[in-house]
Amino acid sequence: MDFPEDLRYTSTHEWASAAENGVITIGITDFAQDQLGDVVFVELPQLGDQFEQGDPVAVVESVKTASDIYAPTKGTVVEVNSNLEDSPEEINSDPYSRGWIFRLAIDSTNELSDLLDAKAYRLNAVEE
Amino acid sequence: MVDFSNWQMPLQYPTGINQEHMAVRSNVGLFDVSHMGQLRIIGNQATEFLQYNTLNDPTSLKVGRGQYSMIPNQRGGLVDDIYLYRDKLDNYLMIPNAGNTAKVKNQLKLQAEKYDCHVVDETETWALLALQGPGSAVLLDRFVEDDLTMLRKNSYVETTLSGCPARLARTGYTGEDGFEIFCRPTDAYIIWSLLTEAGATPCGLGARDTLRLEAGFPLFGNEFTGDTNPLCTSYAWVVKDKPFYGRKAMWETKCLKVLRGIKLHRRGIARHGYRILKNDQEIGEVTSGTISPMTRESIALGWVETEHSNDGTSLAIEIRGQLVDATITTPPFF
Repeated sequence: MDFPEDLRYTSTHEWASAAENGVITIGITDFAQDQLGDVVFVELPQLGDQFEQGDPVAVVESVKTASDIYAPTKGTVVEVNSNLEDSPEEINSDPYSRGWIFRLAIDSTNELSDLLDAKAYRLNAVEE
Repeated sequence: MVDFSNWQMPLQYPTGINQEHMAVRSNVGLFDVSHMGQLRIIGNQATEFLQYNTLNDPTSLKVGRGQYSMIPNQRGGLVDDIYLYRDKLDNYLMIPNAGNTAKVKNQLKLQAEKYDCHVVDETETWALLALQGPGSAVLLDRFVEDDLTMLRKNSYVETTLSGCPARLARTGYTGEDGFEIFCRPTDAYIIWSLLTEAGATPCGLGARDTLRLEAGFPLFGNEFTGDTNPLCTSYAWVVKDKPFYGRKAMWETKCLKVLRGIKLHRRGIARHGYRILKNDQEIGEVTSGTISPMTRESIALGWVETEHSNDGTSLAIEIRGQLVDATITTPPFF
């Protein structure tokens, strides 16, 4: 199971990219997509929606269950992956790239440094 | 592996539910359904006993054939839905659902005290594999001497499968052609290996559920419960106009709600218990729902108030606080 070194992770199985021009990209990890099974539907946030760290932002639904996706840091939604409307299964096939879910504009990278690195995520959240 | 009525069963194999489902619709899949119950009803008055204690008509069942039926309770509801095979004129094999075998057995044993017949639990002596899909007859035919093309739907034959004694019934729960293979537990692995090596895709509980739901078949525990009146469903044909246990309560209940198929207009899943609304009024509830692997549409079964139950009626399903438009649609959904 794959957890790219250049990403940061939450204990709720989101990944966040490094900030590029103050914008981070968020998705769910390989572990999360495997647990969920085939993703059939994604509820995306609206552009401009503002969230605190830990707020539920989106919902990923599989046959098994519907799972809330939480904001890894405080931020404002500036982009959503509308490809997921027709192809939600990209979250399963390519969770770190084509399966990205939303992008947040963030003020500072303080909260990002709170997050887990790949090794800590694997230890804490995956091999429990 | 998941716990299912105290049996350990695979939800899916590494292939995944969708692929397993599609394998059954396009070719052939194999399910281990040995958790199902087997009850033998035998005796001089076995037929009269079953005539009174099941809803379909065993008197019309020829030897060598099976029928879909139901076990009524005292209050006009159901204990289980079952399959009933007639092995001899006064010797029947009944297949209840795994989770209901004890309840069915206890009720039938009690009722059988009034008749010259008895009920024997044969669940431990049978393994059951379901081979399902358009390719199943061709695949199975290679391994049996009998000509399977002559075996009609709902008929069964006792034969040998690669040296193992087996009963092959042309029945199933997927909406495709197929065979339910009754064999000795010690032979199940041999037969499983034989059929999967010949090309049958192993399929788990997940695909079993999406297949039956896509076909519009009820699942006891979801669509049918102890309070379900089958006369308020499209399975009313099972209930014969004859004296039977609990008949008064069943016959005299008006159907305030009926069981219908529903197609949602977007792909969120309608789950068991979700509310069904019309003009902001709650008019029913969802009993089962999923995404149809064949059409990728969101499909469901549910109870709706009779006056809003016609094909094509628009309604809404409440999914996590949002109303999703839907239409009453008669199954199958593919």
